Amino acid sequence: MAALFNTVPRHEPRLMLAEPMLSMRGISKSFGEVKAVIDVDVTVYPGEVLGIVGESGSGKSTLLRMMNLEDTPEAGSYHLSLPDQEERNLFTLDRFERRMLRARHIGIVYQNPHLGLLMGHTSSGNVAERLLIAGNRNFADLRSRARESLQASEFPLERIDARPRELSGGMQQRVQLAKAIALEPAVLLLDEPTTGLDVSVQALVLDTLKRLQQERAITMVLVSHDLGVIRTMADRVMVMRRGRVVEQGLADQIFQDPQHEYTQQLVHAKL
Amino acid sequence: MDMQVSKSGASPVLRVEGLSKQFEMHHLRRTLYAFEDLNFELGEGEFILLKGENGAGKSTLLRTLYRSYRPRAGHAFYHTKEGVIDLAAAADVDIAVLRRREIGFVTQFLNARPRVAAEEVVAEPLRLAGTPHAEALVEARRWLAAFGVKKQLWPAYPSTFSGGEQQKVNLARALILPQRLLLLDEPTASLDHTARKALVDRLTELKASGVAMIGVFHHPEDVAGLIDREIHLKAIKIEDEADNVVQ
Repeated sequence: MAALFNTVPRHEPRLMLAEPMLSMRGISKSFGEVKAVIDVDVTVYPGEVLGIVGESGSGKSTLLRMMNLEDTPEAGSYHLSLPDQEERNLFTLDRFERRMLRARHIGIVYQNPHLGLLMGHTSSGNVAERLLIAGNRNFADLRSRARESLQASEFPLERIDARPRELSGGMQQRVQLAKAIALEPAVLLLDEPTTGLDVSVQALVLDTLKRLQQERAITMVLVSHDLGVIRTMADRVMVMRRGRVVEQGLADQIFQDPQHEYTQQLVHAKL
Repeated sequence: MDMQVSKSGASPVLRVEGLSKQFEMHHLRRTLYAFEDLNFELGEGEFILLKGENGAGKSTLLRTLYRSYRPRAGHAFYHTKEGVIDLAAAADVDIAVLRRREIGFVTQFLNARPRVAAEEVVAEPLRLAGTPHAEALVEARRWLAAFGVKKQLWPAYPSTFSGGEQQKVNLARALILPQRLLLLDEPTASLDHTARKALVDRLTELKASGVAMIGVFHHPEDVAGLIDREIHLKAIKIEDEADNVVQ
């Protein structure tokens, strides 16, 4: 990639002493004839926000689904820095193990709240369900922790018993977020979390995300086609096109000095 | 360009060798040359003034050192406690570590998030470095006051401020943490007298404590007492540029 851009190639990290929180190597995934993701590596360090941008069909959401262990690639390995999992390629886990790992260590917020929430259960019930799957059986504790998590997501507590289907889009995203962070996940995955919301609501949800990220040093992977969202949130950015990573860099560098022709098109289209 | 060596014998902070930057503008099918083969040294507590006409590459050099821009060739050896790191080639995460810890970029433009109070904007670098929130806020208010930002503005959003007030918030934020290397991109532009004095006082204090600085100033007389050396940049003339001109 470096040769193509006529820039000084980058070294391996030396000052960053922490091990990556998330690391994927050589990920390839096809759907029939279509190669959705082609030989992609991803590294995210603790407390970092990695933004993944690209147009529809670039493979960014497929990659995120694999991070959430909803899908398995044909090739590649996946490691999270967890106390008892470090040596294991997570793609070798069986369905039950995946479910437990997801419940305990991975939080996700989908663009479509129907994917992340039970629309007919109460908001606090949705959050408590996550805690329940992870093994918490104490009712009073479940309720109070769900409440805490909803509060951290700036969900109005007087509506704690409302069902997601009775809530606005922005509020539904806050319930998803509360559910995702309830167990302090190793990594929080965000798939177009504010796409489709009114601009003003989008800004408020992003404020909440940013505040939580800073206060709790949450490691995040954020997928969006909206460059404004990526710019607000991400420390580093990966640009995907047709299944491949065409460029990656510090967020300000990607926006101020994009190297790849496609990234330049993206950035110029925004400004 | 010959190496400009630091004269004072101060221990080196930065040694730039053969640093070059160009922009490939794919949609225009042309290359914009910013600077070629720069060589200079910057020692502890030294202050270099960058001079040159508009378009000579002064701001581009600062952004390349900060790695908002990626260099085409060369090195920028930066001396850390852990050894020498080449800013031209360091991993992105290492650059992020250095930005949090010891390399600051001061510009006239506000880059804070919307809907965050001015005092929180200023306190943020301290908080991220581990200072308790309340303590960071006290320090932030002290700096806002020093730069002449009125008290009633402290809890308001800087995005609603005038340009000059925004710049003060930005400066307070950029200078609240002691750094080792400061990149200054016209920080005095459009500042009033109080803020300018606060800025120069702070830079003087930082220089005395060993912070190395390199910067562009619209009015270099503001910092005349701080300047150790000057580097003149010249816009690069490309001979075959005529080929790119639409006939």
